[in-house]
Amino acid sequence: MTWILDHLDDIGYYTLQHAWLAALPLLLGLLLATPLGWAARRYRGLYTPVVAGTGLLYTIPSLALFILMPLILGTQILDPVNVVVAMTIYTVALLTRTVADGLGAVPDSVIASATAMGLGPVRRLFTVELPLAVPVIAAGLRVAAVSNVSIVSVAALIGVPQLGSLFTDGFYRDFLDPIVAGLVACVVLALLFDLVIVVLARLLTPWLRTGGAP
Amino acid sequence: MIRFEGATKTFPDGTVAVGGLDLLAATGSITVLVGPSGCGKTTSLRMVNRMIEPTGGRIMIDDRDTASMDAAQLRRGIGYVIQHAGLFPHRTIVDNIATVPRLLGWDRSTTRNRALELIERVGLPASFAGRYPHQLSGGQQQRVGVARALAADPPVMLMDEPFSAVDPVVREQLQEEFLRLQSELGKTILFVTHDIDEAVKLGDQVAVLRVGGVLAQVADPATLLRDPVDDFVADFAGRDRGYRGLGFRPAPSLTPRSEPAVTLGTSPEEVRRSGNAWVLVVDDDRRPLGWVEPARVTEPVATDRLHRGGTVARLDGSSRAILDAALSSPSGRGVVVDDDGCLLGTVTSAEVVAALQSPPGPDSSGQP
Ligand SMILES: Nc1ncnc2c1ncn2[C@@H]1O[C@H](COP(=O)(O)OP(=O)(O)OP(=O)(O)O)[C@@H](O)[C@H]1O
Ligand SMILES: [Mg+2]
Repeated sequence: MTWILDHLDDIGYYTLQHAWLAALPLLLGLLLATPLGWAARRYRGLYTPVVAGTGLLYTIPSLALFILMPLILGTQILDPVNVVVAMTIYTVALLTRTVADGLGAVPDSVIASATAMGLGPVRRLFTVELPLAVPVIAAGLRVAAVSNVSIVSVAALIGVPQLGSLFTDGFYRDFLDPIVAGLVACVVLALLFDLVIVVLARLLTPWLRTGGAP
Repeated sequence: MIRFEGATKTFPDGTVAVGGLDLLAATGSITVLVGPSGCGKTTSLRMVNRMIEPTGGRIMIDDRDTASMDAAQLRRGIGYVIQHAGLFPHRTIVDNIATVPRLLGWDRSTTRNRALELIERVGLPASFAGRYPHQLSGGQQQRVGVARALAADPPVMLMDEPFSAVDPVVREQLQEEFLRLQSELGKTILFVTHDIDEAVKLGDQVAVLRVGGVLAQVADPATLLRDPVDDFVADFAGRDRGYRGLGFRPAPSLTPRSEPAVTLGTSPEEVRRSGNAWVLVVDDDRRPLGWVEPARVTEPVATDRLHRGGTVARLDGSSRAILDAALSSPSGRGVVVDDDGCLLGTVTSAEVVAALQSPPGPDSSGQP
């Protein structure tokens, strides 16, 4: 316990590192998954290859991906970019299907009337389809957020500092305190991400919080 | 004016949804496309605003080929109403209605005022403006759908079974109000339905399609019911088309017989005086209220004793209305009223039928 109090600075630093290494890929992943999911919906033949293909990315072991990244990207082994790119790949793997299914859940009659009023495909996507897909996408984001917070810790093995570093530290020194501190910080971080996503989704979907037909 | 010139749609899988349709929808009138499921009604409609591109022929709006116009531009000038309304669930009613005016770049206050005006125009309370679609009933949503289509005052409206997803009572209301709106607005309307009753009720002109999107007959409703070109149209026009056709025939000239009537509160003795089996009850302005059976009257006539089954007709109404008044009256005597709804007298079904059988006058096939 005293170890934790003595190392609050380190824990804080690791937590911040962990937070951005998990959060930035979440945003980048969403940005990439949106056009992919849209294309999977738009062109019928693409749905299966795109959704199955991106889904497969999730099966790549994270340690292997972290180690391969410098080779593929030509970066230094300690460069956090490796982690960001790898985590973005995992996020895309989880979110592409979510975006495709979220867009697919928009009623045909809504799409037809939007088209009939002269909304072009791009305007329709941003002003009608994506807003209506928010609840589904948010649900997928929550899963991806928790997954990211958990997987990022593996990056400790390639020396990129974040909460995972506390696990390796505790493991090498056969010392429980850093491990417990890291675990608690991970859980708190995951809950925090979840909360942020839930709140944002609520703000973006005011129509869902009104009563039914009188 | 919308003109189909050999309009054809063959889908990539080889389905010929519409096969060379020639049709003219006149400016300011309602043209109804009717036909069995899958006969190409929706496809025909969607070719007009190019949500479906024709594979052959062309479609002209006021002598401009729609193919030569920018699709988005074209659509913003055409109101479109569909089954289930297709309202945007994430936008309030006022924002839904404002969609096209915003796309057209109208300023904020003009747009909002227009939307609020339309909410009332289609018979909804102004307080609905800030609601979301799911807070409205199906019939109310459909009204918003109509308001939204009217928002930028397009000269042309396309309506695809707009009233078929609501219950019959609400449908009737919506139809009546639609006709009232149209009489004020005079849009050029192409209206799709699979319900022949709706078609003859709403259409100035009815086009019956057969499967494959081929025109079977196009005519005004009275002609369609009276003179179907073939078995298919006859079948589709339905069984009691003779009777329904009377709805388009003006009432024959009849002189109603004077009917002794009593008012509320009349004593049983007074009611029995005429000796008739049924006695008509009117209010103080001689507006018919219902019938009573003198044999059963033991107290002064009260509203809860009235038989209200009989319909009431006017001399300048349709043959169907006046015959129905006679047929629905418990006394067998149909009540006829003047423009103010005051009692003129009664006619029997025998008299109506006899008058209908005499040679029709010069304008017997005209609109009611
Ligand atoms: N995208 C498509 N690809 C292939 N065939 C189609 C397509 N859309 C419609 N069809 C076919 O074209 C024909 C006409 O369809 P359409 O939707 O115009 O019929 P409809 O008259 O509106 O029918 P309903 O009364 O059931 O709405 C049908 O046989 C339908 O199966
Ligand atoms: Mg249809």
